[in-house]
Formats: sequence, C-alpha cells, structure tokens
Amino acid sequence: MELKQIRALLEISHSEEIMRRYFVVNGFDGALTMLGLIMGFYVSGSVDLAVVITSCLAAALALGMSGISSAYISEAAERRRILTKLEEAMVTSLDESHHARAVTWIPWLVALVNGIAPLLIALIIIVPLWLARGGMVLVFGPLLSAMAVALVIIFLLGVFLGRVGGTFWLWSGLQSLAVALVTVGLIYLIG
Amino acid sequence: MVSVQRLVLDILKPHQPNALVFTRAIASLGEDYRVNVRVLEVDEQTETLQMTIEGDRLDFESINSAISENGASLHSIDEVSVVGK
Repeated sequence: MELKQIRALLEISHSEEIMRRYFVVNGFDGALTMLGLIMGFYVSGSVDLAVVITSCLAAALALGMSGISSAYISEAAERRRILTKLEEAMVTSLDESHHARAVTWIPWLVALVNGIAPLLIALIIIVPLWLARGGMVLVFGPLLSAMAVALVIIFLLGVFLGRVGGTFWLWSGLQSLAVALVTVGLIYLIG
Repeated sequence: MVSVQRLVLDILKPHQPNALVFTRAIASLGEDYRVNVRVLEVDEQTETLQMTIEGDRLDFESINSAISENGASLHSIDEVSVVGK
C-alpha cells in the first residue's frame, strides 16, 4: 500500500481526527500511568532500579497491547457498520472501492497509533532510569528525573490539545499539568 | 478507428470523496481530459452528479474503474460523442 493510497483512505474515512484524538488520549494514559508507577516506587522508598525499570516496561507493553487490541476491535466493527450503511444507500457493493479498503486498513492504522502512543511516551519517560542504571549520575536522581520528564510530556500534550482545539496553549498545558500534579499528590498521601 | 471525445454520465456517489477530489481522480486519467461536474441532488449519504468528460480519446474502461474505485456508481451514459477516423 503506497503512501498516496493511505492518504486517500484517511481522507475518505475522516480518520486523521480519530488518530490525533487517540494519540493524545492514550499518550496521556501512558504518561500518567508511568508517573503514578514511578511516584509509587518513590514514596515507598524502594529504589531497586532494575525492579522499577522492569515494572515500568511491563506496564508500557501492557498499555501498548491494550491500545492496539481495543482500538482494532472497535474500529473494525465501526468501519464495517459504516460500509454496510453506505452500500444500502448506494444499492450496490463497494467491494472494489477505497471505502472497502478503508475497512481493512484503517482499523490497523488507528490501532497502531492507539498502541504506540502510550508505549512510546512510556519509553521516553523511563530514559532517566536507563541512564542511571547505565552509570550516569543524574542531579535529581533517576526517579525524580523520570517524573520530571513525565510532567513535561503531560504539559506538552496539553499544549498540543490547546493548539488543536484553538484554545490558549499555555492554559491547556497547565490544565493537563494540574491533573498530573493532583495524581502525584494523591499518591504521596497514600504513601 | 473511432475515438470517444465526449461523455455525459449520471453518477451516484457517497459524500466522500468530495466532488473536487472525485473530479480530480477522473481528470488525472488522461493528459487532455477536461472534466465538468454538476451536483444534481444531495441526500443523507449520497449525491447524484452529472459528469461531463471531454478529451481526444477517452478511455471508458479506466473511467468506469476510477468511478468504482472512488465508491461511486455509474447510473447511465446520457450523452456520447464519438469521432470515426
């Protein structure tokens, strides 16, 4: 499948908006989950980096798999439903059309974005942990550094949402950051 | 040897792709193709178009394939101009 054909399918199915939405929503999920996990390790006082890295990787993989499978199942069903309705309106089969190809390909593309977003963001967040494990000395320590990365990513996701939605980017970024800080606060209280 | 130089087609298509993208897809089939589209009717899921295609030598098979590929359906050929050489 060529890039030009993929663009045509995305345009026909209005999937760019869905993929953008899924990227942000699930990216946020991934970032907040990592933040929560790392904060949990921080307040518990247990700082065996190997355990932290393994737990974070396992959570990141689970988020990725969940994202891929859930999005594929729901998108495939929705696309089939839309195609059936369109064929009824057209009173003809659309088997040879872009619309039928969209039913095959778009769920995979959407699922990929849905799964890759939290996985990629989680991997970026745990980079300080890997660096520390590799021997690098971080000013604020590996856990606090990783949490700082998570907070920056959450802020940037909020900024992106603000730009997409046409609202003031700083306000949108700060709103997302506030949610993250409340989460951190709650975990601190639990600990 | 005959060549088809003008076709007026009655086409039913879904809203996507829109009329501009659809027309471009047909026009891209030949270097000298001139395509004109008039939207005759619009309903919830579909629209009916009258498409006029002009060129020195129109390839009806590829035009029909492009129509199907874009999810549209050819209802009728309303006008044809053919030149015998």
